Amino acid sequence: MILNMGPQHPSTHGVLRVILEIDGETVLRVMPDIGYLHTGIEKTCEAKFYQQVVPLTDRIDYLCPLTNNLCYCLAVEKLLGLEIPPKAQWMRVLLNELTRINSHLVWLGTHALDIGAMTVFLYCFREREDILRLFEAVSGQRMMTSYFRIGGLALEPPLDFLDRVRDFVRRFPAKVDEYENLLTANPIWLMRTKGVARISAEDAVALGASGPTLRGSGVDFDLRRDMPYSSYDKFQFEVPVAQEGDVFARYICRVRELRESNKIVEQALAGMPEGPIKADAAKVVLPEREKMKTQMEALIYHFKIITEGFSVPAGEVYQAVESPRGEMGYYVVSDGTAKPYRVHMRSACLANLQTLPAMCEGRLIADVVAAIGSIDIVLGEIDR
Amino acid sequence: MSLKPAITDLEQLKDHPAVACLGASLPRAIEAAKYEHDEMSLAIERSSIREVCALLRDYPSCPFSFLSDLTCVDWYPSEPRFEVIYHLLSIRQKERVRLKVRLGDDAPSLDSVTPVWPAANFFEREVYDLFGIRFLAHPYLRRIQMPETWEGHPLRKDYPVEGYR
Repeated sequence: MILNMGPQHPSTHGVLRVILEIDGETVLRVMPDIGYLHTGIEKTCEAKFYQQVVPLTDRIDYLCPLTNNLCYCLAVEKLLGLEIPPKAQWMRVLLNELTRINSHLVWLGTHALDIGAMTVFLYCFREREDILRLFEAVSGQRMMTSYFRIGGLALEPPLDFLDRVRDFVRRFPAKVDEYENLLTANPIWLMRTKGVARISAEDAVALGASGPTLRGSGVDFDLRRDMPYSSYDKFQFEVPVAQEGDVFARYICRVRELRESNKIVEQALAGMPEGPIKADAAKVVLPEREKMKTQMEALIYHFKIITEGFSVPAGEVYQAVESPRGEMGYYVVSDGTAKPYRVHMRSACLANLQTLPAMCEGRLIADVVAAIGSIDIVLGEIDR
Repeated sequence: MSLKPAITDLEQLKDHPAVACLGASLPRAIEAAKYEHDEMSLAIERSSIREVCALLRDYPSCPFSFLSDLTCVDWYPSEPRFEVIYHLLSIRQKERVRLKVRLGDDAPSLDSVTPVWPAANFFEREVYDLFGIRFLAHPYLRRIQMPETWEGHPLRKDYPVEGYR
């Protein structure tokens, strides 16, 4: 029998349609069908100025918007050859790790909810409220922050921002202990996740999986540590790796990543440098508001950047960052004008979704739900 | 991070693992090379793309086992119009390389690299859907983002941004 799972289904985490060929409760074939959230973002980027593409990037992987912002800004800054000041780089790392905690909390809550552990969902979203309030303090928006600009940050963070982050970081490890108390040694959780949806390291690499989906199968690779960007090489952190390749292994990787991200945020708070938040490039970065109101050159630069954009030298760049889901890459091609010629987003989830057939064929339908949750897909990134 | 000029001389670049691998086994496949923004780009001759990918994947000292990305750029109205881009990553050696293949508009078809990396499956379907390039020997070449009955290939440059009403 052929059954449709989705596109409207509480466990597919978005509008994903999975066509299941089943024999009783056993799944014979799995075929993901995507494209229900396709909005043509890549085409739209070709019609916008470089700075206008930043809000579009938020909406691609909408659970980690700041990571998308960062990847795009790093790619264009590479094309321009801009030098980003240290304070902007450290704030980017701090916010990126808060975004990783944010995204993993959504993952944990919804994954546990799919498998039946409903309490964990509300616990995770309680912590997520604190993080969303921090994002609102710094950028004005809870989710689609668009806080990074080509050349640095958009605004100075508020004066009490770092103290509020310090307060969150102090309280968070105890909360992760609460989640682990509920799940890690829970016999029902172990029966639903241990040995389920296993994938080997060779298959995962061949299918293009990255992030915790790859690290759960024993491949020790993390772009933050191995190909660092935005001063990640100045931070000490461990990269959790598990060997079994099943749902429980990926769960353990992500829960440990929650603790490691907390450590990185602590280090960022301790060593936050002083200085400007934007690069010194008058033709690319908007001038300070007060200068724009009093100096003629600043006014002219502001006007030119907003109405005509800034031209980027011709060339192409592929910038990859470690998003909570894996390798997120932006391939930006410039033809020398103020609008990008082509922006392509390498979606971590699209490649990770290709592992679903290998994980689920021959298993029960309930395991498909666990597997989809463990891959941690976001349809915005898959469909763009 | 100021801009350094691009290096295009193949002699200067022969230490890069991808150039070394292809230079030893299949030198005629490399049409051009460019090293810019700390990234290596190789223009590959169209008919040898699958062999090049297999050689790079199995190169002992730097196996490019991971296909990061497979996409396309439409250079309309320049000819040859399409440029299919492959981004490869060697997890062991932490090296990246970009392969580029130019195709004309008349019959844009290319060998599929799904036998080399199964990861290419969804990426090639997306390039077929949005650009119209057929990948030969792909196990399931159907539209992936657009509906099955859609006509036209949206990411081509002669397709309007707002679409057809």
